[in-house]
Formats: sequence, structure tokens, C-alpha cells
Amino acid sequence: ITTNMECAVDAQSLISISLMKIHNSRTQRGGIKLHKNLLVSYVLRNARQVYIKEKYAEIYRMQQYEEVRTVCNEIQELNPLDLDSEDADDEDQARAACCGDETSLCHRGAAQPAVHVRAPSTLLGCCPFEDSSKESEPCEYRSCCMEASPVSHFDPFSADNIRHCNKTTVLDLDTHVVTTVENGYLHQDCCCDALQGGQGAQSPAKKRKGEFGGCVSEAEDVSDFTAARKRAKREDCSYSNPDYTETSNISNLISIFGSGFSGLLSRQADLEQICSKQALAGLGAWTRAIVAF
Amino acid sequence: CPSDIISTVEFNHTGELLATGDKGGRVVIFQREPESKTEPFSQGEYNVYSTFQSHEPEFDYLKSLEIEEKINKIRWLPQQNAAHFLLSTNDKTIKLWKVSERDKRPEGYNLKDEEGRIKDISTVTSLQVPVLKPMDLMVEVSPRRVFANAHTYHVNSISVNSDYETYMSADDLRINLWHLDITDRSFNIVDIKPANMEDLTEVITAAEFHPHHCNLFVYSSSKGTLRLCDMREAALCDKHSKLFEEPEDPSARSFFSEIISSVSDVKFSHSGRYLLTRDYLTAKVWDLNMESKPLETYQVHDYLRSKLCSLYENDCIFDKFECAWNGSDSVIMTGAYNNFFRMFDRNTKRDVTLEASRESSKPRAVLKPRRVCAAGGKRRKDDISVDSLDFTKKILHTAWHPTENIIAIAATNNLYIFQDKLNSEMH
Repeated sequence: ITTNMECAVDAQSLISISLMKIHNSRTQRGGIKLHKNLLVSYVLRNARQVYIKEKYAEIYRMQQYEEVRTVCNEIQELNPLDLDSEDADDEDQARAACCGDETSLCHRGAAQPAVHVRAPSTLLGCCPFEDSSKESEPCEYRSCCMEASPVSHFDPFSADNIRHCNKTTVLDLDTHVVTTVENGYLHQDCCCDALQGGQGAQSPAKKRKGEFGGCVSEAEDVSDFTAARKRAKREDCSYSNPDYTETSNISNLISIFGSGFSGLLSRQADLEQICSKQALAGLGAWTRAIVAF
Repeated sequence: CPSDIISTVEFNHTGELLATGDKGGRVVIFQREPESKTEPFSQGEYNVYSTFQSHEPEFDYLKSLEIEEKINKIRWLPQQNAAHFLLSTNDKTIKLWKVSERDKRPEGYNLKDEEGRIKDISTVTSLQVPVLKPMDLMVEVSPRRVFANAHTYHVNSISVNSDYETYMSADDLRINLWHLDITDRSFNIVDIKPANMEDLTEVITAAEFHPHHCNLFVYSSSKGTLRLCDMREAALCDKHSKLFEEPEDPSARSFFSEIISSVSDVKFSHSGRYLLTRDYLTAKVWDLNMESKPLETYQVHDYLRSKLCSLYENDCIFDKFECAWNGSDSVIMTGAYNNFFRMFDRNTKRDVTLEASRESSKPRAVLKPRRVCAAGGKRRKDDISVDSLDFTKKILHTAWHPTENIIAIAATNNLYIFQDKLNSEMH
């Protein structure tokens, strides 16, 4: 499956079309056609794979750009006689590693202008537009895409880290639930991790200004994320590892709209009604979530 | 009229009778007229023999589901006496029908008159022996068996065994074996339903018994595989004897790879040595002795490969085309869009595209070969461009006479019967 940008756009519409087909099949005469719905779910899986790959590629490109910027800044500011220079480097690196703000999300082509301030994109990568002059405090909140490591020891945007990226974060605009999944398991939000004791970085945990969005530090925001995390875990929604097996592909896709194949083949009229509602509710949320992503 | 859409076509074992089923649950049987010495051109034409309602729409109240009356498949039993028997099935219920002729009727009853009214006994003065007198031919159809409540999923195939005693019915996940005389019991011989339906990855798409070996049958899957099963090996044939699968070409992967590799039909050759399968873009001939790849692959309409996205949007990509062998297994046939159907000669490797339409085929006119050219490509006169194809005119169901070069083509709600007068004998 080719992964250029054009395909990714097609992937998005294919996902919508496929979900619509599955939804329409519930009201077709003669009952739900198992064979057809199975084939449609394969298209859904394929489109989703392409879409996610393309998004990762885009993020990688963005982070590569930021890496170059960081190096340039380092070269500019480096002064062998300045004892504080190392700190400054760390700050810049750390800041670059910081969660970006919402503008970056908009610039990455999300269609929805009303993205919640606590956008997950902040967890996914840095903001290339951040001005280093804004904040001098070092920030140790790092991208979810990176393995946990002390800030000062490595270049957070090396290619290796990106390749190890195995976490997916999705924002559901309806419920404002942020869900991060690593290797098929629901994961604590990175920000919560950092806030709850840090990651062994050298600098003490510092609060960030709200204007940067994303990783918030106020107590109530922490509890929001915690609450969201708990909610996410309770939800019967699991996204698996990008290198998943075929069976998990189909089951995950079915879980998305909340009813499963057993829902499609429900034998009781009332249960089917409920499943339809669930499917409808799930359908919209998933579609909106994709757009925000 | 949507209920007139033909959904299945099948010749009987001699080719004398041709049955069609439609979306409205009706079966129409055609009979070939015997050759007439006085009118040589009327020999071998098919005329309507009988029409009856096989299935009615049903409602499953427990599942709140309507069961379509559409006839999915018809299969004839081999003829053993004067009557003909056929099996017809919709999504859930298989029925055995007896088709018999009545051309004589008894006359001269003592106790009732010509209209059947009871006579006044006082008017009877003498006794007579009733005699059989010829009458206008009447074809009577009666349901002899109803095989119901054995399928949770939609029945896609039925196949009569060469033992003439049993037959099988296949739905998306299971295959059941029946005895033709017993309706309250069937044996499940294949079950691919996973313990958790969310683990479902493939369904059964077609099944057929071997023409000579009553213990062997084949079933195809939505993943493009064929499984040959031997009923002597185990009661439950979940383990296959042979698995026929062609490895996927990774460079050809697309969003729709799984859909276009799903097998829509499988047919044994008359010899029993080969299998013919149809998927969305190709027809393949397999040798029973070679599981690793097909013997031959025929491109039916490869020009559609670049249009799969729009064919997915309008649901055409889910169309299930059938395929057929000729009597000598030298030619295979399958349908396409725009009322085109294709024939491939396995020996000469030549193929032809023909059209089934009123405009292009007057009775007894010779069919003109058609050609589809790529959009913007070099175009000859009478060529059709890919973009001009009518995708609502699809030929899904075709049948070939068992011994002669006569084919039946179902084009939506019209049936076309073509004969090769020059080459009546199969070769």
C-alpha cells in the first residue's frame, strides 16, 4: 500500500465510506450480510494502516525539521567560556522536546478549528514554531513518541527514537478523552507520568505556562487527565500494535463502533436496537476523532 | 421489476431442461423442443415448460429479520424415473420439488360425472371401466421435501452428491450434509465459526461435491483459498485434505486486495480432475494435484483494476460472478459488466468477449465479438471504452449445456440462450 499523502486522504474517505456501508447493512433486507461486512472491515483496516503510517511520517518530518533548528540554535549560542551554556542547551533541547501548542495541530492540517486546548498533538511532538525567548524554564515533558530518557543525555529526535515509536494517541472530540495506546495496552498519558514524579531527569519538575497548551501543570488539570485515563481504561476500546495480526485487526475495528460482530449478528430485536444506537454513537465519534488526528 | 431479476441458472443432466430462479422466489423451467424434421431451424429451441413459486418471503420474529425469497441456487437431481426433481434454496431453506407430466386423464367414472360432481346413484344403470384418454400436456410441480432450520447464516451453495442419496448445503460458516429423504436431521461436516466472532477472518463462499468421488468435496473461502475435504477421514471435515492457495503478490497490494481475492464461485470440471474458480478480476483453473498455484489464470476484465475505488463506492466490487465449464472441459465461461460475457479456450488460449443484449443479437444472428479498450487508448470501430461500460448490466449467472454448445446467459431479468449451430458437437 503506497503511503504518499494522496493515499492518506483517500484513506480517510475510505474509512468514512466503509463505516457508512456497515451502518447501512443493518437495515438491508434479508439481514446483515456477514461476507460483505467482513470484506468492508478489511478495507477499514487497510485504510487505517495507511492513514496512521502517513501521520507518523508527517510527525517524523516535523520533528526532523525541529532537530535541525535545535542544532542551529546550539551552534549559535555555544560559547565555550560561558558556564551556563550547557544549561541553555538543555533548555533549548528540552523546550524543543516539549509538547507543542495547539497552533501546531492546526498547521498540521487538522480540519477542526475547535480543537480542545489540551490537544494530544502536544503529546506527540514539539511545536516547530515555539519561540525560545518565551520561556526560560526548562521543560522535561517530552513527546509520547519517544522512549523515556533523561533529557540531557540524548538527542530526543533521533531517528532511532522515532522508529521505536509505538504509541498512538487519539483525541475524541466528543468526550475530550485522550487515549494513548502502547503495544496494544492503554497507557498513561505522558504528561501525567512526568507530573507524577518525573522521569529521572536532572532538572526538577517545573510548571509550564498554560499558553503552551498540552502538558498542563495545575492540579485540577492533572486530575482531569487522570480521570480521563481511568475513563479510557474502562472503555472497551483497544488499538493494537501497528504490526498486529489479522485477527486483532478485525476485532479492533469492530470494537471501534462498540458493538462487535456479535452486535452485527444480534439475535434479539431490542439488543439490536441498542447496538445500532451504540454503533451510531461510536460511528460519529470515531469519524470526528479521525479528523482531529 | 426487481423481483424478475434472475438469480440462478442451471441445466439438468441431459440438457433437456433449463431452470432459472429469480429474486421473487419463482422458478421457471424451460424445455428443449425435440428436433423436427419438417422445420429444421426450430430444432433445439427452449420454451417455457413450467413456472412455480418456490419460496415466499418469511419473517423471523425472534431475530426481527426478514428472510428474502430470492432463489440463490437450483440443482437438478439425476433423473431416475419419468419425473424430474430439483433442489432450490433461498438464504435459509432448501426445498425438493417434483416436476412431472400429465398427458392422460381417466374418463368414465361410475360415481362422478365429467366435472367431478357426484352422480345421483339412481341414474347409474350400468358399470363401465374408466379409461385413460389423452389430454393436453400438463406439468405438475409439487414440493416433496422442505429442509429448514439448519442454517444460521446465509446459504450460498447446494450440491448433489454422486451417490444420488445425499446433498450438502453451505452457508457463510458451516456446511451441512443431508439425506434427500430426511428433513428433520442434517450432519454438520464443516464449521469454521470461531469461538469469538470478533476473531472472524474468513467465510465460506461456495461448495461443491466431486462429480465422481462421493467422499470428496471442495469449498472456497473469502480469502481466495480452496479446501478439498474427504468425508472418509473424519466426521467433521474442518481439517482439509488439500489446501489450494496462490501466494499474494506483495507489489500488487491495495486497499481492496482482500475483496478482489475472495472466490465467488468454484466448479469441478466434468472430468473431476480440475477446479475452476472465479474472483473479482480473474478466472483460474486448478489441477487437483497441484496445491501451490493455479494451472491457468485468465484475466476477465483487468481494465477494472484501476477503478476499484469507485467500484467499491458503488458496491460493484462485491458482485459475485459465476463460472462454467463446457462439456469437454476445453472452454471456460464467465460473465462481466455491460452485459458482456467471456469465453476462454484452454487449448488454443484464445478468448472472446460477447454481448447479451436485444440490440446486438437478433434471433439466429451470429454474435459479434466485442472489445473493451482503455480510456483514451487506441480505439477501433465498435470498441467500448472502459468509462462507457454500464455497471448496472452485469452477467453474474451463466450455464453451459452438459454435452452441446448451448449456453444460457442471465442478463438481469432476461434470459438469453445461444447455440453454436455450426459446431453442435463438443470438441
